Amino acid sequence: MLNALTLVTGVAALLLAAWCGWAAYRDQPTKDWHFIGMAVVSLLAVVQLVVGIVQLARGEKPEQGTTIFVAYLLGAFACVPAAGFMSLAERTRWGSVTAAAGAVVLAVLEVRLYDIWGG
Amino acid sequence: MTSGEAEVTAVEEKPARLISGPGMLLVWFYGVMVVGAVSRSAYQIGTDFQRAPLAYALSAVAGVVYGFITYTLVRGGETARRAALVCCAAELAGVLIVGTWTLVDRSAFPDATVWSDYGMGYVFIPVLLPLSALYWLRKARAGAVTR
Repeated sequence: MLNALTLVTGVAALLLAAWCGWAAYRDQPTKDWHFIGMAVVSLLAVVQLVVGIVQLARGEKPEQGTTIFVAYLLGAFACVPAAGFMSLAERTRWGSVTAAAGAVVLAVLEVRLYDIWGG
Repeated sequence: MTSGEAEVTAVEEKPARLISGPGMLLVWFYGVMVVGAVSRSAYQIGTDFQRAPLAYALSAVAGVVYGFITYTLVRGGETARRAALVCCAAELAGVLIVGTWTLVDRSAFPDATVWSDYGMGYVFIPVLLPLSALYWLRKARAGAVTR
């Protein structure tokens, strides 16, 4: 369950990165549709956070420790919204680059989360 | 348009913004590095400091430096720009020195730091970031901020 969610979130994050990167390439700021995309990816991260905590509550142990696992879940949860607000403050192509960078960071966090949870 | 003119003068009177354009991307990456370095060192120092005290302390120092640079970038203005320049130079020196140190004397570092192997564990962001920040800060000299 959690691993499937990690995979989906990671792929969604990469798609979002490509999409915002495309906007930056065309010299455009992030628009409403991009923010809807960010909301979808953020929602996935929230679901992942909830499922992760439920798994912990049911007594399952992440391979590399509970503290690290929770820290990464919180990081993954905050990542895209933070970059989204920054792209809201920067209404140029660089806002789009920032949003894309945020999505890439989330994808990296998902890979780490997969390792931490233990395949 | 009068309102447009008023806006232009208002922008000129404000201290030089360091987070416009590419600066925003820099703040993002510095923010990520702050969270990464500080939380990592806090966890390691809190749980098992004796294992690699040097490595963990260096990660904490890196986190503080990143935090200060992020703050100066967001604050803006000429003084902040200078302070950020000095810190980025120090950061670059830190990455190069610690990176070389970890390669030369592996025994001093039983566990990795943020700056180990020139930041290889962080896709070399620790060494690329100060270089791009130095470039950006030199370009963003007060009064010459362009988008």
